[in-house]
Amino acid sequence: MPRSVVPWEITRKLLVKAEDKTNPRYGHKPEERPAEEYIRYGVINLDKPAGPTSHEVAAWVKRILNLQQVGHGGTLVA
Amino acid sequence: MTGVLPVTLEESRRIVQALLFSGKEYVCLMKLHGETTEERVSEVLKEFEDIIYQRPPLRASVKRQLRTRRIYYIDFLEMDGRNVLFKVGCEGGTYIRKLCYDIGEVLGCGAHMQELRRTRAGPFVEDGDIVTLHDVAYWFMEWQQQKDEKILRKFIQPMERALALVPKIYIRDSAVDAICHGANLTAPGILSLETGINAGSMVAVFTLKDEAVALARAVTSTEEILNVVHGIVAKTERVLMPRGTYPKCWKSGET
Repeated sequence: MPRSVVPWEITRKLLVKAEDKTNPRYGHKPEERPAEEYIRYGVINLDKPAGPTSHEVAAWVKRILNLQQVGHGGTLVA
Repeated sequence: MTGVLPVTLEESRRIVQALLFSGKEYVCLMKLHGETTEERVSEVLKEFEDIIYQRPPLRASVKRQLRTRRIYYIDFLEMDGRNVLFKVGCEGGTYIRKLCYDIGEVLGCGAHMQELRRTRAGPFVEDGDIVTLHDVAYWFMEWQQQKDEKILRKFIQPMERALALVPKIYIRDSAVDAICHGANLTAPGILSLETGINAGSMVAVFTLKDEAVALARAVTSTEEILNVVHGIVAKTERVLMPRGTYPKCWKSGET
Protein backbone atom coordinates (compact mmCIF):
# COMPACT_ATOMS: atom_id res chain seq x y z
CA MET A 1 0.00 0.00 0.00
CA PRO A 2 1.42 3.44 -0.91
CA ARG A 3 2.32 5.65 2.00
CA SER A 4 -0.77 7.81 2.51
CA VAL A 5 -0.63 11.56 2.89
CA VAL A 6 0.57 12.41 6.38
CA PRO A 7 -1.34 15.45 7.70
CA TRP A 8 1.77 17.25 8.94
CA GLU A 9 3.51 16.87 5.57
CA ILE A 10 0.79 18.66 3.61
CA THR A 11 1.94 22.01 2.25
CA ARG A 12 -0.73 24.60 1.56
CA LYS A 13 -0.67 27.66 -0.64
CA LEU A 14 -2.53 30.85 0.15
CA LEU A 15 -4.85 32.01 -2.65
CA VAL A 16 -6.08 35.60 -2.66
CA LYS A 17 -9.72 36.34 -3.43
CA ALA A 18 -9.91 40.04 -2.49
CA GLU A 19 -7.64 42.72 -1.02
CA ASP A 20 -8.29 44.66 2.16
CA LYS A 21 -6.45 46.14 5.15
CA THR A 22 -6.95 45.52 8.84
CA ASN A 23 -7.58 48.35 11.28
CA PRO A 24 -4.85 48.44 13.98
CA ARG A 25 -7.43 49.78 16.48
CA TYR A 26 -9.07 46.37 16.84
CA GLY A 27 -7.58 43.09 18.02
CA HIS A 28 -3.91 42.19 18.37
CA LYS A 29 -1.45 39.98 16.59
CA PRO A 30 -1.39 36.82 18.75
CA GLU A 31 2.16 37.44 19.95
CA GLU A 32 1.32 41.05 20.85
CA ARG A 33 -1.65 40.30 23.10
CA PRO A 34 -1.49 41.96 26.53
CA ALA A 35 0.00 39.52 29.06
CA GLU A 36 -3.20 38.53 30.81
CA GLU A 37 -4.97 37.90 27.51
CA TYR A 38 -1.90 36.13 26.14
CA ILE A 39 -2.13 33.62 29.00
CA ARG A 40 -5.91 33.16 28.72
CA TYR A 41 -5.58 32.40 25.00
CA GLY A 42 -2.44 30.33 25.40
CA VAL A 43 -1.37 26.74 25.03
CA ILE A 44 1.64 24.97 26.50
CA ASN A 45 3.48 22.28 24.58
CA LEU A 46 4.15 20.20 27.67
CA ASP A 47 6.49 17.25 27.98
CA LYS A 48 4.35 14.92 30.06
CA PRO A 49 6.38 13.07 32.71
CA ALA A 50 5.88 9.35 33.37
CA GLY A 51 3.57 8.51 36.24
CA PRO A 52 0.76 11.04 36.62
CA THR A 53 -2.20 10.96 34.21
CA SER A 54 -2.71 13.72 31.61
CA HIS A 55 -5.54 14.94 33.79
CA GLU A 56 -3.31 15.22 36.86
CA VAL A 57 -0.64 17.00 34.83
CA ALA A 58 -3.21 19.53 33.57
CA ALA A 59 -4.37 20.05 37.16
CA TRP A 60 -0.78 20.79 38.22
CA VAL A 61 -0.39 23.39 35.46
CA LYS A 62 -3.65 24.94 36.61
CA ARG A 63 -2.34 25.21 40.17
CA ILE A 64 1.10 26.50 39.18
CA LEU A 65 -0.38 29.24 36.96
CA ASN A 66 -3.31 29.87 39.33
CA LEU A 67 -5.94 29.55 36.60
CA GLN A 68 -9.59 28.46 36.56
CA GLN A 69 -9.73 26.20 33.52
CA VAL A 70 -6.93 24.10 32.12
CA GLY A 71 -7.50 21.27 29.67
CA HIS A 72 -5.34 18.99 27.57
CA GLY A 73 -5.28 17.86 23.98
CA GLY A 74 -6.77 14.43 24.50
CA THR A 75 -5.97 11.56 26.78
CA LEU A 76 -2.58 10.14 25.95
CA VAL A 77 -4.26 6.97 24.71
CA ALA A 78 -2.43 3.71 24.99
CA MET B 1 3.50 7.28 28.82
CA THR B 2 5.44 10.46 28.32
CA GLY B 3 5.88 13.14 25.70
CA VAL B 4 3.97 15.81 23.84
CA LEU B 5 0.83 16.88 25.70
CA PRO B 6 -0.65 20.18 24.55
CA VAL B 7 -2.21 21.92 27.55
CA THR B 8 -4.87 24.55 26.93
CA LEU B 9 -5.20 27.52 29.27
CA GLU B 10 -8.63 29.05 30.00
CA GLU B 11 -10.21 30.26 26.73
CA SER B 12 -7.97 28.19 24.48
CA ARG B 13 -9.82 25.03 25.63
CA ARG B 14 -12.07 25.68 22.64
CA ILE B 15 -9.39 24.46 20.25
CA VAL B 16 -9.13 21.03 21.92
CA GLN B 17 -11.38 19.45 19.29
CA ALA B 18 -8.91 20.49 16.59
CA LEU B 19 -6.13 18.73 18.51
CA LEU B 20 -8.12 15.59 19.34
CA PHE B 21 -8.63 14.73 15.68
CA SER B 22 -5.13 15.69 14.64
CA GLY B 23 -2.50 13.08 13.79
CA LYS B 24 -0.10 11.71 16.38
CA GLU B 25 3.34 10.18 16.31
CA TYR B 26 4.68 7.82 18.97
CA VAL B 27 7.87 5.96 19.71
CA CYS B 28 6.81 2.66 21.25
CA LEU B 29 8.65 -0.06 23.10
CA MET B 30 6.87 -3.35 22.53
CA LYS B 31 7.61 -6.54 24.45
CA LEU B 32 7.25 -9.82 22.57
CA HIS B 33 6.05 -12.94 24.40
CA GLY B 34 8.19 -15.35 22.35
CA GLU B 35 11.15 -15.60 20.03
CA THR B 36 11.03 -14.32 16.46
CA THR B 37 13.35 -12.70 13.93
CA GLU B 38 13.98 -9.05 13.17
CA GLU B 39 12.97 -9.65 9.53
CA ARG B 40 9.62 -11.12 10.57
CA VAL B 41 8.93 -8.22 12.98
CA SER B 42 9.64 -5.46 10.45
CA GLU B 43 7.60 -7.37 7.86
CA VAL B 44 4.57 -7.57 10.17
CA LEU B 45 4.94 -3.91 11.23
CA LYS B 46 4.69 -2.90 7.56
CA GLU B 47 1.43 -4.86 7.24
CA PHE B 48 -0.12 -2.45 9.72
CA GLU B 49 0.75 0.57 7.58
CA ASP B 50 -2.84 0.79 6.39
CA ILE B 51 -6.37 1.51 7.57
CA ILE B 52 -6.83 -0.72 10.60
CA TYR B 53 -9.86 -1.77 12.62
CA GLN B 54 -9.84 -1.22 16.37
CA ARG B 55 -12.37 -1.74 19.11
CA PRO B 56 -11.63 0.67 21.97
CA PRO B 57 -10.33 -1.15 25.07
CA LEU B 58 -12.49 -1.85 28.17
CA ARG B 59 -11.07 1.16 29.94
CA ALA B 60 -11.78 3.74 27.28
CA SER B 61 -13.44 7.13 27.28
CA VAL B 62 -15.40 6.45 24.07
CA LYS B 63 -18.16 4.08 22.97
CA ARG B 64 -16.77 0.60 22.42
CA GLN B 65 -17.70 0.05 18.82
CA LEU B 66 -15.41 -1.14 16.04
CA ARG B 67 -13.87 1.82 14.26
CA THR B 68 -11.18 2.42 11.68
CA ARG B 69 -7.99 4.37 12.11
CA ARG B 70 -5.29 5.14 9.57
CA ILE B 71 -1.70 4.24 10.31
CA TYR B 72 0.32 6.65 8.16
CA TYR B 73 3.59 4.85 8.78
CA ILE B 74 5.29 2.37 11.08
CA ASP B 75 9.07 2.43 11.07
CA PHE B 76 11.00 -0.36 12.74
CA LEU B 77 13.83 1.16 14.79
CA GLU B 78 15.58 -1.48 16.88
CA MET B 79 15.23 -4.95 18.35
CA ASP B 80 17.00 -6.42 21.34
CA GLY B 81 15.86 -9.92 22.31
CA ARG B 82 12.15 -9.58 22.93
CA ASN B 83 12.17 -5.79 23.01
CA VAL B 84 11.08 -4.04 19.82
CA LEU B 85 11.32 -0.29 19.32
CA PHE B 86 9.24 1.30 16.56
CA LYS B 87 7.91 4.68 15.50
CA VAL B 88 4.31 5.07 14.40
CA GLY B 89 2.47 7.97 12.78
CA CYS B 90 -1.29 7.56 13.09
CA GLU B 91 -4.67 9.22 13.13
CA GLY B 92 -5.89 10.73 16.41
CA GLY B 93 -7.65 8.13 18.59
CA THR B 94 -5.51 5.15 17.60
CA TYR B 95 -4.90 2.85 20.56
CA ILE B 96 -1.24 1.91 20.55
CA ARG B 97 -1.66 -0.66 23.32
CA LYS B 98 -4.24 -2.38 21.09
CA LEU B 99 -1.93 -2.05 18.10
CA CYS B 100 0.87 -3.84 19.97
CA TYR B 101 -1.52 -6.62 21.00
CA ASP B 102 -2.64 -7.06 17.39
CA ILE B 103 0.95 -7.05 16.10
CA GLY B 104 1.66 -9.81 18.63
CA GLU B 105 -1.29 -11.84 17.35
CA VAL B 106 -0.09 -11.61 13.75
CA LEU B 107 3.44 -12.54 14.81
CA GLY B 108 1.96 -15.52 16.61
CA CYS B 109 3.98 -15.09 19.78
CA GLY B 110 1.89 -12.35 21.38
CA ALA B 111 3.12 -8.91 22.49
CA HIS B 112 2.27 -6.01 24.73
CA MET B 113 3.09 -2.34 24.93
CA GLN B 114 5.90 -1.71 27.40
CA GLU B 115 6.54 2.01 27.09
CA LEU B 116 5.19 4.84 25.00
CA ARG B 117 6.41 8.31 24.18
CA ARG B 118 4.34 10.72 22.11
CA THR B 119 6.62 12.62 19.76
CA ARG B 120 3.90 14.60 17.99
CA ALA B 121 0.33 15.81 18.58
CA GLY B 122 -0.89 17.66 15.50
CA PRO B 123 1.47 20.62 15.01
CA PHE B 124 3.24 20.13 18.35
CA VAL B 125 6.50 18.22 18.28
CA GLU B 126 9.20 17.33 20.75
CA ASP B 127 11.74 19.92 19.76
CA GLY B 128 11.57 23.70 19.88
CA ASP B 129 8.90 24.96 22.23
CA ILE B 130 8.30 21.86 24.39
CA VAL B 131 8.65 22.50 28.14
CA THR B 132 8.61 20.39 31.29
CA LEU B 133 6.46 21.04 34.37
CA HIS B 134 9.61 22.32 36.05
CA ASP B 135 10.13 24.82 33.23
CA VAL B 136 6.54 26.00 33.62
CA ALA B 137 6.94 26.54 37.37
CA TYR B 138 10.30 28.25 36.93
CA TRP B 139 9.33 30.59 34.07
CA PHE B 140 6.05 31.53 35.73
CA MET B 141 7.90 32.57 38.88
CA GLU B 142 10.37 34.57 36.77
CA TRP B 143 7.46 36.22 34.98
CA GLN B 144 5.80 37.20 38.26
CA GLN B 145 9.00 38.81 39.48
CA GLN B 146 10.15 40.54 36.31
CA LYS B 147 6.88 41.12 34.44
CA ASP B 148 8.77 40.80 31.18
CA GLU B 149 6.43 39.43 28.50
CA LYS B 150 9.34 37.76 26.73
CA ILE B 151 9.37 35.27 29.61
CA LEU B 152 5.72 34.32 28.99
CA ARG B 153 6.52 33.54 25.38
CA LYS B 154 9.22 31.12 26.51
CA PHE B 155 6.64 28.61 27.76
CA ILE B 156 3.22 29.70 26.49
CA GLN B 157 2.24 29.78 22.81
CA PRO B 158 -0.78 31.60 21.39
CA MET B 159 -3.71 29.23 20.68
CA GLU B 160 -3.22 29.94 16.97
CA ARG B 161 -0.10 27.77 17.21
CA ALA B 162 -2.38 24.76 17.76
CA LEU B 163 -4.18 25.44 14.49
CA ALA B 164 -1.07 25.40 12.30
CA LEU B 165 -2.19 22.31 10.36
CA VAL B 166 -5.84 23.35 9.92
CA PRO B 167 -6.50 25.06 6.55
CA LYS B 168 -7.21 28.75 7.01
CA ILE B 169 -9.64 31.27 5.60
CA TYR B 170 -8.72 34.94 6.13
CA ILE B 171 -11.60 37.38 6.44
CA ARG B 172 -12.29 41.12 6.46
CA ASP B 173 -12.39 43.08 9.72
CA SER B 174 -16.02 43.85 8.91
CA ALA B 175 -16.93 40.14 8.88
CA VAL B 176 -15.31 39.29 12.24
CA ASP B 177 -17.93 40.31 14.77
CA ALA B 178 -20.79 38.53 12.99
CA ILE B 179 -18.76 35.29 13.18
CA CYS B 180 -18.09 35.98 16.88
CA HIS B 181 -21.87 36.09 17.32
CA GLY B 182 -22.15 32.67 15.68
CA ALA B 183 -23.03 33.66 12.11
CA ASN B 184 -21.83 31.43 9.29
CA LEU B 185 -19.08 32.64 7.00
CA THR B 186 -20.32 34.01 3.68
CA ALA B 187 -18.37 34.62 0.47
CA PRO B 188 -18.12 38.45 0.54
CA GLY B 189 -16.23 38.39 3.85
CA ILE B 190 -13.39 36.26 2.48
CA LEU B 191 -10.03 37.75 1.51
CA SER B 192 -7.84 34.70 1.03
CA LEU B 193 -7.79 31.00 1.73
CA GLU B 194 -5.52 28.00 1.72
CA THR B 195 -5.51 25.14 -0.77
CA GLY B 196 -6.78 21.70 0.14
CA ILE B 197 -10.16 22.64 1.59
CA ASN B 198 -13.00 20.27 0.68
CA ALA B 199 -16.69 20.11 1.56
CA GLY B 200 -16.79 18.97 5.18
CA SER B 201 -13.19 20.00 6.02
CA MET B 202 -12.56 21.70 9.31
CA VAL B 203 -11.24 25.20 8.63
CA ALA B 204 -9.88 27.94 10.86
CA VAL B 205 -11.25 31.43 10.26
CA PHE B 206 -8.51 34.03 10.77
CA THR B 207 -8.19 37.82 10.71
CA LEU B 208 -5.51 39.65 8.73
CA LYS B 209 -3.69 40.04 12.07
CA ASP B 210 -3.40 36.25 12.20
CA GLU B 211 -5.86 35.94 15.09
CA ALA B 212 -8.15 32.92 15.21
CA VAL B 213 -11.83 33.91 15.02
CA ALA B 214 -13.54 30.52 14.86
CA LEU B 215 -13.38 26.90 13.80
CA ALA B 216 -15.82 26.16 10.99
CA ARG B 217 -16.90 23.38 8.64
CA ALA B 218 -16.35 24.17 4.96
CA VAL B 219 -19.42 23.75 2.76
CA THR B 220 -17.36 23.47 -0.42
CA SER B 221 -13.83 23.34 -1.83
CA THR B 222 -11.04 25.93 -2.05
CA GLU B 223 -11.60 26.27 -5.81
CA GLU B 224 -15.36 26.82 -5.41
CA ILE B 225 -14.91 29.30 -2.58
CA LEU B 226 -12.56 31.35 -4.76
CA ASN B 227 -15.26 31.70 -7.38
CA VAL B 228 -18.50 32.18 -5.48
CA VAL B 229 -19.66 35.75 -4.82
CA HIS B 230 -22.40 35.13 -2.27
CA GLY B 231 -23.79 32.48 0.03
CA ILE B 232 -22.49 30.49 2.98
CA VAL B 233 -19.07 28.92 2.46
CA ALA B 234 -18.39 27.62 5.99
CA LYS B 235 -20.58 26.85 8.97
CA THR B 236 -19.28 28.22 12.23
CA GLU B 237 -18.77 25.46 14.81
CA ARG B 238 -16.70 26.96 17.58
CA VAL B 239 -16.20 30.66 18.18
CA LEU B 240 -12.72 31.43 19.54
CA MET B 241 -12.68 35.22 19.72
CA PRO B 242 -14.79 37.19 22.21
CA ARG B 243 -17.63 39.31 20.84
CA GLY B 244 -16.90 42.98 20.46
CA THR B 245 -13.19 42.55 19.70
CA TYR B 246 -13.93 44.02 16.27
CA PRO B 247 -16.71 46.54 15.60
CA LYS B 248 -20.19 45.34 14.76
CA CYS B 249 -20.69 45.94 11.03
CA TRP B 250 -23.98 44.20 10.46
CA LYS B 251 -27.55 45.39 10.92
CA SER B 252 -29.79 43.43 13.24
CA GLY B 253 -32.22 41.25 11.32
CA GLU B 254 -29.62 40.46 8.71
CA THR B 255 -28.06 37.48 10.39
